Amino acid sequence: MSREWLRRLAAPVLVLLVSVAAGAQPPAAPVSEDTVHEVATQLRCVVCQSLSVADSPSEMASQMRGIIRARLAAGERPAEVIQYFVDRYGEWILLAPRRRGFNLLVWLFPLVAVATGLVLVATIVRRWTRRRRDGVAAPVNVDPAMSERIRREMERGT
Amino acid sequence: MSRLWRWLIPLATVPVLALLAYGFRANPRDIPSPLVGRPAPRFALATLDGAPLALEAHRGKVVVVNFWASWCYPACYEEAPVLERSWRAYRGRGVVVVGVDIQDKPEAAQKFVRDFGLTFPNAQDPTGTVSVDYGVYGVPETFFVDRQGRIRVKHVGAVTDDVFRETVDRLLAEAAKP
Repeated sequence: MSREWLRRLAAPVLVLLVSVAAGAQPPAAPVSEDTVHEVATQLRCVVCQSLSVADSPSEMASQMRGIIRARLAAGERPAEVIQYFVDRYGEWILLAPRRRGFNLLVWLFPLVAVATGLVLVATIVRRWTRRRRDGVAAPVNVDPAMSERIRREMERGT
Repeated sequence: MSRLWRWLIPLATVPVLALLAYGFRANPRDIPSPLVGRPAPRFALATLDGAPLALEAHRGKVVVVNFWASWCYPACYEEAPVLERSWRAYRGRGVVVVGVDIQDKPEAAQKFVRDFGLTFPNAQDPTGTVSVDYGVYGVPETFFVDRQGRIRVKHVGAVTDDVFRETVDRLLAEAAKP
């Protein structure tokens, strides 16, 4: 009976000791909360939809902020902390994909699309204006009575 | 000029369609883990009974690391009996099942272990460090570690008898070879 009681007590005591030990591990270097926030805004909260670790109220995100803080306190640079997460979750964890390789398509595609659109519009506009100039140069045969009527109606309109 | 355009415009849709075909065929929930094939991250936790639980202690065995939570219903409730059954069937053959309880309360976790009569070691990850080390998105997720200590398979969702048997048999057979 008393052994059972001791066993039950042992678990929370051990958990407490382990967490105290884990908390005591990093040296007491002051970590700026701004830096923690800056790293957290670049990481995707894994249990949310399109939310950063900085913005999510979930427990997972809160634990991830704790890990960011601990790694910064242990002397890692923000880029190293981000790389730690990328190594475990892949680039999926980054809210903005890195600008290299296949990802460049995301940045280049809109530019290419806009450039193509501009060329297309320029070509079409040039073709329209040329056609109109051609039209002025070559007068069309219109019945004189009809053109007289058009002239009168336009004067009445103004 | 106009004949060229007539061909160029439909042709321009080909790369766009190819990109869309690539994008829509991929399952957005199926996120490949960069950890498969890499050494399993070490951890040292305390089981819910208070005993130490370290991955290194089981080096040389096939280790099944299962991440779960008592609030993960129904998937974790479905797989708990499967894990217990499989653990009993394989424990004599160099296989260890290790449960890591994440984002949970100790009382709820202890009740879960008691309710399912789990006899394999289960530990809590109070800071979330082990979950992030393993790149865990949610629960349940299960990692099959070979005898060399490498993560070989990551299974997302409840483990079934078939998945357990097929994966562990494969790792055992391969480890038996010199």
